[in-house]
Amino acid sequence: MRLEKRAQNSAIALALAPVGALAFTLLVSALLVLWAGAPVGQAYGLLLKGGFGSVFALSETLTRAIPLTLTGLAATVAFKARLFNIGAEGQLYVGALAAVAVGGLHGGSGLALPTPLLFVLMMTAAALAGALLLLGPALMKARLGVDEVVTTLLLNFIVLLFVSLMLDGPMKDPGAMGWPQSVALQDELTLSKLIAQTRVHTGLLWAWTLAVIVWALMRFSVQGFNIRALGANSRAAKFAGVPVTRTVVLVAMLSGALAGLAGAIEVAGRTGYLTLDMSPGYGYTGIVIAMLAVLHPLGVVFASVFVAGVLVGADSMSRAVGVPTYIADVIVAASLISVLVATSLTQYRIRWK
Amino acid sequence: MPAPVLKLSHITKRFGSLTANDDISLELYAGEVLALLGENGAGKSTLVSILFGHYTADAGHIEAFAKPLPAGDPKAALAAGIGMVHQHFTLADNLSVLDNVMMGSESLWQPFTRRGKARAKLLDVAKRFGLSVDANARVGTLSVGERQRVEILKALYRGARILILDEPTAVLTPQESEALFAVLSQMVAQGLSIIFISHKLGEVLRVSQRVAVLRAGELVAQARASETTQSQLAQWMVGRALNPAQRHPAQNVGEAVCVLDQVSTAPARERLNEASLTLHRGEIVAIAGVSGNGQGALAQLLCGTRPASAGTVTLMGRALPQKPAQLVALGVARIPEDRHEVGVIGDLPLWENAVAERLQSRTFSRFGWVRRRAAYAYAQRVIEAFDVRGAGADAPARSLSGGNMQKLILGRALVHPQRDATATPKLIVAHQPTWGLDIGAVDYVQRQLIAARDAGAAVLLISDDLDEVLTLGDRVAVIHDGQLTPARPALAWSREAIGLAMAGAGKAIGQAMAGAGAGIDENERASA
Repeated sequence: MRLEKRAQNSAIALALAPVGALAFTLLVSALLVLWAGAPVGQAYGLLLKGGFGSVFALSETLTRAIPLTLTGLAATVAFKARLFNIGAEGQLYVGALAAVAVGGLHGGSGLALPTPLLFVLMMTAAALAGALLLLGPALMKARLGVDEVVTTLLLNFIVLLFVSLMLDGPMKDPGAMGWPQSVALQDELTLSKLIAQTRVHTGLLWAWTLAVIVWALMRFSVQGFNIRALGANSRAAKFAGVPVTRTVVLVAMLSGALAGLAGAIEVAGRTGYLTLDMSPGYGYTGIVIAMLAVLHPLGVVFASVFVAGVLVGADSMSRAVGVPTYIADVIVAASLISVLVATSLTQYRIRWK
Repeated sequence: MPAPVLKLSHITKRFGSLTANDDISLELYAGEVLALLGENGAGKSTLVSILFGHYTADAGHIEAFAKPLPAGDPKAALAAGIGMVHQHFTLADNLSVLDNVMMGSESLWQPFTRRGKARAKLLDVAKRFGLSVDANARVGTLSVGERQRVEILKALYRGARILILDEPTAVLTPQESEALFAVLSQMVAQGLSIIFISHKLGEVLRVSQRVAVLRAGELVAQARASETTQSQLAQWMVGRALNPAQRHPAQNVGEAVCVLDQVSTAPARERLNEASLTLHRGEIVAIAGVSGNGQGALAQLLCGTRPASAGTVTLMGRALPQKPAQLVALGVARIPEDRHEVGVIGDLPLWENAVAERLQSRTFSRFGWVRRRAAYAYAQRVIEAFDVRGAGADAPARSLSGGNMQKLILGRALVHPQRDATATPKLIVAHQPTWGLDIGAVDYVQRQLIAARDAGAAVLLISDDLDEVLTLGDRVAVIHDGQLTPARPALAWSREAIGLAMAGAGKAIGQAMAGAGAGIDENERASA
């Protein structure tokens, strides 16, 4: 068996690829549900209901989608330029840490600045912290050819340990009964709720606005062209005059800033303070979302809602029919693989023998 | 007539609506060289890929040595005694010749490789066919000609009795080509059969006994080499009579545009080593040489992608800027060697590729945002002016054929961004501009270069194709190991002298010719 490049790509195949991928994913996951001894139809029904079936379910899904949209965008921007930023998790945490450092109630008071100014300062600090964290690996890649997959991945662990140090040390909340937890954010700095009685907050609008901005930037700006050109063919981009180092730095700053904002918005919108288990791997899931969205910034909006819905829905489904919540990870992973295979099949055909 | 060693019957292969091979039947006999002649895109590569099992034919079948050859199975092709020497070598640079030859033919399940046995067999094969090579040498240290020999040895080592050579002379000096032809005739004399793929008419007649001509997927003619002529072959190949390439000497050579003085680049795989050259308005200076001798460094230097480490480069009397965008703004038109990998960004649409070099300029962007309408209009102008045929400005550039891709690159380099401006570029740097193009496209590109020269551009043409160098060049210099011979009028060079200079005897020749008083004054040009 081998792959042969298709002479032309049919538009219908391109449109049907995600549908087919989803169908295949559900089929594969159904086998696992069956194996766990639960009725497939009911399990999927519960999953759908738990993720999207009520205002509450939808609000939970959207709440979960907020950080995922931002880390998904971070991965999208970086991957478009072939800068494989696996460090969004770490950038998210330094962003959250910077947000708390600027906007936290240190000693019960915090910085005495007007709220709007402090809010802008907090978000800027978070974005900058994420950006600076990625700058090192990006420069090392551009100048010395150091593999950024390794450096960004390993930085995640260093950052987590650093956050742990801060949460047990200078930034520890004295009123948290000894738990490693940061001081709380000033109340005026927290994001307001979008829907009363739910957890979904205005961070959703931030995330979606940023998705549109990133899309416009990538599509219509010179820098966006530079990024796409560099990712598609670095030699040709260099020949055409794309400033390679400058573009890599820009991509790193943008990607790191988006991941840093994810951390700040999570603190300001959902938790109010920082703990070491704030992110259940949002940084890594962002990579999956970027791939599911085939590196399209607007696709990230939908992919993150899909993934968040599966994660939230699987929680309630597992409680009802006794399928482990890990089924959510399986579904997300299977859908990623299916989408990758389906999109390749639109460009290649399989020849048996 | 004896039975054929290879028999292709009614081979048909379609890619979508394109019929790459249309009902081709062909036979190969023991002890002959069959040349497969055709333009790029005529279906030569497809046919060979089917033969070697890389593609499966939609119809037809193949017999090798009177046994049917299973379709789509490269291993079966190897086992049947079919060997292939690709144009781009498939050798590991960091391994020795012996390792490269053994690679893939040893079983994975035996605990140790049998090097002693393999060495003996390799030396035996090498001796039998007159292919001398050092079995212990690392491939990375070998010349291109030697690497090609290793590729041939690899095929013979595996017991190939039918050898397919894909454009084997494209990378060789004239002398190396002659050596290759000698090896081929020795192999044929020992009963091997060879399929020689080429689009060079002269060498096809020189090396083969029979010629099969493909055009647009069809086998249009077969002839004995002794009974046909170059012009006949060319007519079959392109379907119409062609005027043989003619020299169009420069008429108005003006002031110096670009001067290289003792320029070196930092050591790398290839480099420039104290090269000096002057390019004048209205002339084409052609650089001949075996590829890999510094042509890339020279082209990149003038394209703004590689800095000089010593010496000076001036453009219009000022130091040459280092950035591609600045060069383009100053009127340097750049045509890179590898149009697929360097010339265009295949995944991006035509229109973005058309403006890629000038996107940083005010014409096509404002406040960091692309002026889409202006960019699109410019792309349309390039497409129209240079007859770029494809699926339109929004199609990805990789969908273009090689010829149309080159027209796009040529077009964006030569079409001025302001609509009414008729300004020609000051300097054109063309590196292998016609490589791999079909005859029609070659002719088109060459005419464009000549037209630009006549309009006052200084043209630097770097080419591996000696015919092109001698036909287009008003002056010719030879590059070897990063050093340039003095540029002399094209007619002052004999083929032998160029061949020797390409092999590294350039200095002596340059001095000898300087002694003969070769200059570039107008009288000589007129006599050219």
